[in-house]
Amino acid sequence: MEPENKISPEMAVAEADVRPEEAGEFVRGTSLWRDAWRRLLKNKLAVFGLIVVVLVTAASIAGPTVIKRSFGFTPDYIPTNDVKLIRSFPPFTGPDGEFSWKHPMGTDNAGRDQLARVLQGGQISLFVGIIATLVSLFIGISYGAIAGYVGGRIDDVMMRIVDVLYSLPYVILVIVLLSMFRSQTPRGQLTLLFVALGSVSWLTMARIVRGQVLSLKNQEFVLAARATGVSAPRIIFRHLVPNTLGPVIVYATLTIPQIMLTEAFLSFLGLGVQAPLASWGSLAADGVQNIAIFPWQLIFPGVTMALTLFSLNFLGDGLRDALDPQMRTI
Amino acid sequence: MLRFIIRRLLITIPTILVVITITWGLIKLAPGNFYSGEKRLPAAIEKNIREKYSLDKPWYQQYARTMANIVLRFDFGTSLRFEGQSVNSIIWRSLPVSAAVGVLAYLLALVVGITVGSIAALKQNSRWDYSSMALAMLGISVPNFVLGPILVLVFSLGLYWLPPSRWGGFPSKNLILPVLTLSALYMAYIARLTRAGMLEVLRSDYIRTARAKGLSEKDVVIKHGLRGGLMPVVSYTGPALAFLLTGTVVVERIFALPGLGNYFIQASLNRDEPLIIGIVAFISITLLFMNMLVDIAYAYLDPRVRYH
Repeated sequence: MEPENKISPEMAVAEADVRPEEAGEFVRGTSLWRDAWRRLLKNKLAVFGLIVVVLVTAASIAGPTVIKRSFGFTPDYIPTNDVKLIRSFPPFTGPDGEFSWKHPMGTDNAGRDQLARVLQGGQISLFVGIIATLVSLFIGISYGAIAGYVGGRIDDVMMRIVDVLYSLPYVILVIVLLSMFRSQTPRGQLTLLFVALGSVSWLTMARIVRGQVLSLKNQEFVLAARATGVSAPRIIFRHLVPNTLGPVIVYATLTIPQIMLTEAFLSFLGLGVQAPLASWGSLAADGVQNIAIFPWQLIFPGVTMALTLFSLNFLGDGLRDALDPQMRTI
Repeated sequence: MLRFIIRRLLITIPTILVVITITWGLIKLAPGNFYSGEKRLPAAIEKNIREKYSLDKPWYQQYARTMANIVLRFDFGTSLRFEGQSVNSIIWRSLPVSAAVGVLAYLLALVVGITVGSIAALKQNSRWDYSSMALAMLGISVPNFVLGPILVLVFSLGLYWLPPSRWGGFPSKNLILPVLTLSALYMAYIARLTRAGMLEVLRSDYIRTARAKGLSEKDVVIKHGLRGGLMPVVSYTGPALAFLLTGTVVVERIFALPGLGNYFIQASLNRDEPLIIGIVAFISITLLFMNMLVDIAYAYLDPRVRYH
């Protein structure tokens, strides 16, 4: 992406000091984003990824409600009034082994509908992925932008700290943290999970933003801003950070599946999301127990999760190619 | 070069101490202890035990004692859960299990990943390229705790070819499924890295020179292409080791292998403090020293990397 592309609107914004909503419209109108969008649409795999992500997200949000309206059961509904129903049915099977639309993904040991549980698990998994990514964005952008803009010795120290943190065996520490501070409530454990995952994943973001800021901070528009007496925080967050958005969006898209995978890993070990809440990881963990007899209990949450991660990764790759053809990492 | 190594050591050793301190701090800050919960003991016995493990001393004395034992004698004490067994003996007993699975998985990933990645790069935009890269993406996206049980379902419970779990010594058929499960992710990453690295190198001037002076395609690719193209794979070794560690935790649990990862999870869930600290310390020492070696190897292999 050419720096010139990005500077002109920003300079205009700086001069006119437009309100945020108008500024947002202005940025959207520039050729950079439209170009990127066009390039993204040409990439078939990325479009496939985008469609699947949108579908899975929509289904996760609306699905449990729709199922409740049409069949009357919630993800944690156990059919206590009929003992015959409290067992695991294969997909598309009714109580007497006949074909039935009621449970397209079958039921779990307690007779709960798997589809509803997988969709509700999707809510939690996506929610964790997005929130923890936002946390990492917030920390990473602030840290990286400040280090890059201030420069000198402070930058040295800040980046050395990142280097050291980078080399820590994080997952090990997260496991210790989550198992030691095991919360009594599912919500508490979820909050702990956000903190743990968010605080782990901001390092790369900080490095990317710092690199971008370093290459931007000596350009004329920053000089102009400084000359007109704009304060340092305002220069950083109003002028520099918006210009780093391309790589940041790309990396954020690739962070979401990573965090979801870590969340699933922790939930699989029994340290993440707790019952009655469920995520794809904890559903898979439940499913593994019965793999020999009721394989569908593992296969449906597992495959849904893999498909979502697969799509997110392709979308991230596509976004990277579209927004920044020169950035070539994995 | 020597200065570089010393500098790295100066960072690595304090980092290890920081990791141990953080772990220790987390354990001490957390409410409860090994004996709270179901294992509740009569007050007198608990008092004796607390004295034995010097849990009755103020926190700074406990910390100083723990650190001194680790730094001076590499002694982590005895496990609370596995009574009478020293943490060291547990570590040395379980290490070969984890190492066997981890090393085999990494070697398999290297061989397959580099082969697939190079072929994909050489035949860029071919059907082979697209299908192998889609497969690699699948390898990155399918969590190992889904892949493992599915492999068990197919090869053990369906076809009866391989044992579904348990440690059977080295080498044994029991290793095949855990190694496959663990290596899928690295295979995929390494294939992608190799492809990207090779694509970049194959376009460079020195490859054109090599071709121009009449080297066979095989020599160009193997002698010149791979050497440059594999640099990203070398630098991935560090992160791979870290992933490998987390991977083994899951794989050892799925396949019920008595490795370090399995003991670590058990220790964490049981609040077996000496064992947690021991395994964390051991893992961070291994990881950080391996990372250091990788950095040194990288600096040695690529003259463009400066030593500071």
